[in-house]
Amino acid sequence: MEDHVIICRCEEITYGEIKQAIRDGATTLDGIKRVTRAGKGLCQGRTCRTLITQILNQELGRAPEGNECSSMRPPVRPISIENMMSEKE
Amino acid sequence: MGITREIETEVAIVGAGPAGLSAAYEIAKAGGEVAIFDENERPGGQLFKQIHKFFGSSRHGAGVRGIHIGSKLLADCEEAGVEIHLNAVVYGIFPDAELGVIIDGHSVRVKAKKVLIATGATEKALAFDGWDKPGVMGAGAFQTMMNVNYVLPGQKVVMIGSGNVGLVVAYQILQAGGKVEAVIEAAPAVNGYSVHANKLKRQGVKILTSHTVKRVLGESSVEKVEIAKVDEHFQIIEGTEELLDADTVCVAVGLTPSIELLKMAGVEMTFLPKMGGFIPLHNEYMQTSDPDVYVAGDSSGIEEASSAMEEGKLAGVCIAGATGHLTEEEQQSRMQEIRESLLALRSGKGGEGRRAGNQEIVRRYEEWKRKNQDQ
Repeated sequence: MEDHVIICRCEEITYGEIKQAIRDGATTLDGIKRVTRAGKGLCQGRTCRTLITQILNQELGRAPEGNECSSMRPPVRPISIENMMSEKE
Repeated sequence: MGITREIETEVAIVGAGPAGLSAAYEIAKAGGEVAIFDENERPGGQLFKQIHKFFGSSRHGAGVRGIHIGSKLLADCEEAGVEIHLNAVVYGIFPDAELGVIIDGHSVRVKAKKVLIATGATEKALAFDGWDKPGVMGAGAFQTMMNVNYVLPGQKVVMIGSGNVGLVVAYQILQAGGKVEAVIEAAPAVNGYSVHANKLKRQGVKILTSHTVKRVLGESSVEKVEIAKVDEHFQIIEGTEELLDADTVCVAVGLTPSIELLKMAGVEMTFLPKMGGFIPLHNEYMQTSDPDVYVAGDSSGIEEASSAMEEGKLAGVCIAGATGHLTEEEQQSRMQEIRESLLALRSGKGGEGRRAGNQEIVRRYEEWKRKNQDQ
């Protein structure tokens, strides 16, 4: 796969950027997230989590079971601040 | 800034799919108070887009279309007094398993003694050059647009993946008047049931095994799809590339549990590829590492709708027991029935692997529990 292929669509992070983060020392989903922002977007890694796990395994020659799940934060769905602050009459 | 409204209930369920509805019915039937939240306009989860007949035994609704199974389940829940909140987006889970929900544009806090997360699954992505172009989508997304919203999002489709989702959706695309250019499978053999594959073959659809998609070409959306043969290590064999005319690529390469809320709740996770990836650890009572948080259905490991319903029942019965609505004896006897039913669903080709996978999750839970007690 070419380096320019986007892996995290929300934050527009490429395959090349993720490989570079691993070469720079990132070994976990959270590590890659902190360095590149991949997985920090609207979907909270719902789409790219699986792809980044595969890249980690491939780059580090690691068994899939060796992966730690990334942290996740609210909101897990894109919602507006207006709704979040709105009171039901 | 307003004061957020609160809903207090004995049991809160996230997800009104087959697992969530089945659990809700069991709890309500036993006399428990249940509120169920689903972000969709209609309940039933993926059942309502399953226009094909189910397989298996009559006990699990074989021969009945998914959409009818969903309607029956919903009617049962309503009759039993389950409170169903639709268009209710659960955006977070906070200390003491309190849920943050947006209902009709308003923020609502949900407090419950027990929470069941039955959020189902997410389609796995496949990255290739051009996969972020409009026209590349999950096969399940295509199916929702087609069968639920009556929109055909593409006319000429290349389906990636020959599992049952890929095969069933490909056939439904033909039924809806679309064209399927080819079904592409990286493995050397078709993955799904041959009955589904044969229906496609009879319509003249090519199923290309040992093939993958290399890239998608097109100015601003999919115009052509380049496919290629792969070797036994799934590496592209140079020189075997072929261009297909298509406006859509459907990706059906498997599902992964929707674990966002569970992870946020602090539930222990484990990685098990054959069950879909990251899986919440849980015991045979469908209880996670947080004793007040339960799981059922695909969010507890990828299976299929019939197993999701049985797992939902199992979680429901255990929650009803834990909240004092069933005696220990009643709970155990119901659990026994449900376990037998699950065992029947987890046997034979395809089922054995899921049975072993579920056993492995419970084994890892027990291991985690022992370690945790020692400390």
